Amino acid sequence: MSTIVVFVEHTGGNVRRASLECLGAAHATGAQVVAVLTGEGAADCANTLGAAGASRAIVLTGTENYSPDATAKDVAAVITDQGAKGFLAAASSTGKDLAPRVAALCDAVLFADCTTLSGEGDSFAVTRPWLAGKAIANCGSSAAVFCATTRPNVFTPVTDGGNVEVMEKPATIGGKATVIAIEAKPAGKLDVQEAPIVISGGRGMKDAESFAILENLAAAFGGRAAVGASRAVVDAGWRPHAEQVGQTGKVVSPQLYIAVGISGAIQHLAGMRTSGTIVAINKDADAPIFKVADFGIVGDAFEVLPALTEAIQGVVSQS
Amino acid sequence: MKIVACIKRVPATDVQAKIAADGKSLDSAGYQYMTSFYDEIAVEEAIKTKEAKGGDVTILTISSKDATKEVRECIAKGADGGVILVDEDWMNRDCRATAKALASKLTEMGAELVFMGRVATDRDNASVGPMVATYLDWACVTNVVELEVGDGEATAKRETEAGLETVRISLPAVITCDKGLNEPRYAGLKGIMAAKKKPLEEAACDAADNQAQVLSLVLPPPRAEGRIIGEGADAVPALIDALRNEAQVL
Repeated sequence: MSTIVVFVEHTGGNVRRASLECLGAAHATGAQVVAVLTGEGAADCANTLGAAGASRAIVLTGTENYSPDATAKDVAAVITDQGAKGFLAAASSTGKDLAPRVAALCDAVLFADCTTLSGEGDSFAVTRPWLAGKAIANCGSSAAVFCATTRPNVFTPVTDGGNVEVMEKPATIGGKATVIAIEAKPAGKLDVQEAPIVISGGRGMKDAESFAILENLAAAFGGRAAVGASRAVVDAGWRPHAEQVGQTGKVVSPQLYIAVGISGAIQHLAGMRTSGTIVAINKDADAPIFKVADFGIVGDAFEVLPALTEAIQGVVSQS
Repeated sequence: MKIVACIKRVPATDVQAKIAADGKSLDSAGYQYMTSFYDEIAVEEAIKTKEAKGGDVTILTISSKDATKEVRECIAKGADGGVILVDEDWMNRDCRATAKALASKLTEMGAELVFMGRVATDRDNASVGPMVATYLDWACVTNVVELEVGDGEATAKRETEAGLETVRISLPAVITCDKGLNEPRYAGLKGIMAAKKKPLEEAACDAADNQAQVLSLVLPPPRAEGRIIGEGADAVPALIDALRNEAQVL
């Protein structure tokens, strides 16, 4: 049986959803899954990973501040020790930063942001987007270790795995890069790439202050929604660049994407067209956004949004 | 300080994808090209660092000779020279082969601080920066939105899902640049004229063979035809019904 090593992220005592999905992707290939965790609270999280599909979890001990280069060395050592033929991490900020380093230490190519993973014995293949999803490449690799990151919100976590054997490994100390501080986001604020629901605003929102009505709609979903933005809005300084959806921003695939006052430039469409369900609200019935939307409302955002927010509040409070 | 900004010549972001006859690559006929969006931010940060700390800036790329245009445009903004590692198959070079070729050239150049975009907007792999740093055994910070370069060390801020991380690094280092780090300048006429006289070296690219194998390249499946639910706030109940019963997302 082949072995895949998965780097697992956790925060506040919980394994990150994107890492659970990544474990699910590894487990679905039929391979034995070995998780690697680091940082405060790693041991407690490791104990929960059996159900998520890991048969072994290795906790890096003695770490202080996170260092991506030091951790990459530890993960690469685990890959060698376990004789693993695959390495996966979530395509999160941390995963996309760590995985190329691990791949280079294994002298292997890396496939980022993969949307499918298949395995047969020690041989794996992925699909991943090019040009922000305008084309989809099906890729294999001749490397000794198949390295990839999995796009959040695409793979399904496993909840009925089995038992996990937890082991410890002393971490490498003294990296060349060290995280010395994290300025946490306000509680409950989701990243656009992780949120199951994204509500994005475009130029049609008219000004920065008007985004309050999008914030209200996001809040109505009870902490499951993030606010996104088009490039025009970010360039105008109305919203932070971390919220930009599109080819020169973030590519998202939430269950539900609501585009408000966004005309739908090709670069924006590339960044959200793989969303589960797309709703467009726009004054212009000819806006290109309606071509990719499942459901559209032609109308003024300032009239439609408050009514929609009230309706969603009703739905959410009933469930 | 020897500063290098690595750029990639990529198809313009408004191109449509068309699959070539081999079913494994893009049909690039008629494509317009540009310096990748984030690499413009890398070039700006390299020039800003030179202005603050002294030294010189070289623009480095792996590309066909056609990249002369993009490299000259970057030099015109205030860099001191450029190097093209000539590779006619640059579009299909995988991240490992690209990183190895860059790492080897950066060593030869005596680079001390290297800037790249956080991702190239063609293959979206976001891997070459940290791979180059790993092959060189250098420090690396990715997705940087704030940077302070000191003596032999630097402090960078990067955005993550959890919030803004502050990362301390030793130099030499590779910095990958995100939107928000700076506002790239435009080249002035003086810069454009001066760029014509600055050295632009073309060297052979001694790239490793690709490990990545593209088995097939396809267009994404078209989305099912949608529909306009209605007009204005009156359409909201019908939308809720569709989201609940048809799409089952509520």
